[in-house]
Amino acid sequence: MSISLHAKIPDGPLADKWDNQLAHFNLVSPNNKPKYKVIVVGSGLAGASASASLAELGYQVDCFTFHDSPRRAHSVAAQGGINAAKNYRNDGDSIYRLFYDTIKGGDFRSREANVYRLAQISGQIIDHCVAQGIPFARDYAGYLDNRSFGGVQVSRTFYARGQTGQQLLLGAYGALNHQIHQGKVTMHTRTEMLELVVEDDVAKGIIVRNLVTGEISRHSAHAVIIASGGYSNLYYLSTNAQACNVTATYRAYKKGALFANPCFTQIHPTCIPASNENQSKLTLMSESLRNDGRIWVPKKLGDKRSPEAIPDNERDYFLERRYPAFGNLVPRDIASRAVKNICDQGYGVGSTGHGVYLDLADAIQKLGLKTVKERYGNLFEMYQRITDDDPSQTPMKIYPALHYTMGGLWVDYHLMSNIQGLFVLGEANFSDHGANRLGASALMQGLADGYFIAPPSIGHYLATYQPELPDSQSSAFNLALEKVDNRVNKLVNISGQHSADYFHRQLGKIMWENCGMSRNEQQLTSALEQIPQLREQFWQDLKITGSDKMLNAQLEKAGRVADYLEFAEVLCHDALARNESCGAHFREESQSTSGEAKRDDEHYSYTAAWEYKGDDNTPQLHKEMLNHDEVKPSNRSYK
Amino acid sequence: MADYKIKVWRQSPLGIGPGGGEGPGGKEGKFETYTINNIDSDLSFLEMLDILNQQLLQENNIPIAFDHDCREGICGACSLVINGVPHGPESSTTTCQLYMRHFEHNSTIIVEPFRAKAFPVIQDLVVDRSAFDRIMQAGGYISVHTGAATDANTVLIAKQSADDAFTAATCIGCGACVAACKNASAMLFVAAKTSQLGLLPQGQPEKTNRTLKMVQQMQLEGFGNCSNHYECEAACPKNIPASYIAQLNKDFLISSFTNKEFECQNDNCYES
Ligand SMILES: Cc1cc2nc3c(=O)[nH]c(=O)nc-3n(C[C@H](O)[C@H](O)[C@H](O)COP(=O)(O)OP(=O)(O)OC[C@H]3O[C@@H](n4cnc5c(N)ncnc54)[C@H](O)[C@@H]3O)c2cc1C
Ligand code: FES
Repeated sequence: MSISLHAKIPDGPLADKWDNQLAHFNLVSPNNKPKYKVIVVGSGLAGASASASLAELGYQVDCFTFHDSPRRAHSVAAQGGINAAKNYRNDGDSIYRLFYDTIKGGDFRSREANVYRLAQISGQIIDHCVAQGIPFARDYAGYLDNRSFGGVQVSRTFYARGQTGQQLLLGAYGALNHQIHQGKVTMHTRTEMLELVVEDDVAKGIIVRNLVTGEISRHSAHAVIIASGGYSNLYYLSTNAQACNVTATYRAYKKGALFANPCFTQIHPTCIPASNENQSKLTLMSESLRNDGRIWVPKKLGDKRSPEAIPDNERDYFLERRYPAFGNLVPRDIASRAVKNICDQGYGVGSTGHGVYLDLADAIQKLGLKTVKERYGNLFEMYQRITDDDPSQTPMKIYPALHYTMGGLWVDYHLMSNIQGLFVLGEANFSDHGANRLGASALMQGLADGYFIAPPSIGHYLATYQPELPDSQSSAFNLALEKVDNRVNKLVNISGQHSADYFHRQLGKIMWENCGMSRNEQQLTSALEQIPQLREQFWQDLKITGSDKMLNAQLEKAGRVADYLEFAEVLCHDALARNESCGAHFREESQSTSGEAKRDDEHYSYTAAWEYKGDDNTPQLHKEMLNHDEVKPSNRSYK
Repeated sequence: MADYKIKVWRQSPLGIGPGGGEGPGGKEGKFETYTINNIDSDLSFLEMLDILNQQLLQENNIPIAFDHDCREGICGACSLVINGVPHGPESSTTTCQLYMRHFEHNSTIIVEPFRAKAFPVIQDLVVDRSAFDRIMQAGGYISVHTGAATDANTVLIAKQSADDAFTAATCIGCGACVAACKNASAMLFVAAKTSQLGLLPQGQPEKTNRTLKMVQQMQLEGFGNCSNHYECEAACPKNIPASYIAQLNKDFLISSFTNKEFECQNDNCYES
């Protein structure tokens, strides 16, 4: 397949592009729509909203999720809120400002036209969600409340207590349920997509495995949407759910879809640290804690005294020391790196040494416990439930963790990948957030993609396409099915010593140490040597008991880890090729004398899109050059 | 560090194990007891099960199947009846947020699936809770077409109503309420769902229909009646108050009077 990286950005001034596009989309006539079938992989915010909206239009939709219910997708865990440029606070917000903040927050590594459209659509999302009955926070007069989030200067974040993702997902799930009830969406739960079928460079369907019976089946359609979420838990420990994985997008990559900016991974500074090596996940503690909390470690190496016993002058408030202007409120990436740094030097606290104190004692003294509890009461409870420590008595311990992946499959303005008919939505695509995502913007993007962008874009694509359903008995389907079958058989029959989890943990360690918060050539090269060795060991020494004809969590996990073991290499190649520091990607070779990130627009102002070239070859880099016509790149300064 | 005996329900209703043989626990199911040692008190209950599963794997046994995902108390995937209580002994806590520090060294911990006629066992501790999805499909939404909404601030909602609706909306759909009820009633679940939408102005136009259809589907799924013991409220990890059940009773009564077409389709009929 010849690769074209044509982003298909519509003509006209930035502010008119989406309207121009809407005015010129091809349409499918209402009586023809039911003849077209769309497959949607994923039922999170992006997948559920797309499935529901396409079905409302009249298309037949088949939606797949490995969860037992669409409502369990990891979108459910989002806490803080969703942005929209409503300017309900009259504080100077506008579509342009949301666009500007997102471009700048992404450190000038995203496409202006896409981001502008996102900001334009943001208000409509809130309208729709309110109509669905989502109980957003309100003030006493009954109007919607807003808060400021993620260090921006306006209050544009809509929220539903600390459970915004759950409420938005329940809304999308409701819309999906409505269409299931009408018979327009067929829902396939506990079903995992394991292969994309591509024929003549066009996506024709997928191969799936029923996780309860093990049955492998084929499904053809006129278009395939992947909305499978992010890949943070490649690093083993992350704020993502246990089952989040890269399989759907990685399988598409192996069929020719380009993977864009895989090394743009976001690390969140305030998570509860791992307390022992059997821990399975890291829980996010809201960033808002840094508004009142002070971060410190003991000044003396190896000081094992309890935090209360360490007097103030023997504490190192290292963020305040290093960044006097911003102190504890430096951006996510800066804070994360500083914490890791100090722990790497041996000053970390807690049983593993991977932790620093986040101390609210001063705030409690100044504001009183009652006020502090009003602000953070639910976080205190959550923290205490997990750690058994009461943050009003003793400082919390925190440590950074992998949280979000800006990278994903490359898509054009229509959210279509370079494979015709394969659309990618939500966290699974690479669009909009550049090298760093701002808080409360992922929910916005997932819903913009699913409710408002995918439906007309997919109609536009389908309008040029014959309504006969692709033959699911074709040789491409046979081959893909056979491949899945062989792989499953191979995995169950290795009969080695170690569980998939064992290998995942090792991979996570390699990635965290060599391609984590800061990266350099030597570490990346070392990771690129270690990963293939681990992969080889995996294929020789994996152990699965039980059969493939039953619910077998070990087997599910093994398939996902196998893909992670390949994908990790693509990620490291990307990190190695991008010898600049931008957004969440910090290359030690590219920093100022004071240790600040140095972006290199002259050489790296592009989206890196990687093409699969065979299992034994290095992937090939394609570049989509970025134009900054509207906002001239400037330095992201926090001093 | 503590040691435990884990007495756990194993069942393979599909009856397909390795080599086509019977799966763990057989079709009918039975308890198996395993010993597990040196468990750190800071581990979560599910992490303890992870370790037990590694141990089983090393012994060439089949690991225990259990549902889980977010491990932070929000997705509703985890379940388990632990020592007779859904989600275990700590109140307002899901199993994934339950820690081993709450279990005594050398004790025996009994682990069972959420049991209910409407929640058939799939494998070991994994049950099929899709009945909840079907209740929601029957009417648990506001049928607004994408694109049809007016500006979000045109509908004003009193803070109190918004807060009440929110409390109902915090339901994570785990099914602990059903597992806790001796009749395996789903009333708290359905009440939380109907109340969330019924308390908001946007939910009014479809309220009658929604209430009737969801209740009807609940009956068809084989959930039992509510006999007002409110074990559901005690088991709910999100503290959803049973007072929503009274609200549902009221809504249902009004709805059945105003909608003449509605007829109860089941002998297990709803009594309010
Ligand atoms: C703890 C936490 C807090 C967050 N807080 C915020 C916040 O406050 N604001 C904000 O904007 N963003 C937040 N985010 C980010 C945001 O929640 C996610 O980026 C977003 O919800 C992703 O939605 P999605 O639909 O793309 O994917 P998901 O919700 O992850 O859904 C993925 C779906 O794909 C399915 N799937 C995946 N692979 C397959 C396969 N192979 N076969 C079948 N099905 C498959 C899954 O079953 C699931 O249904 C947070 C993220 C985390 C982890
Ligand atoms: S695993 Fe998600 S609520 Fe327990």
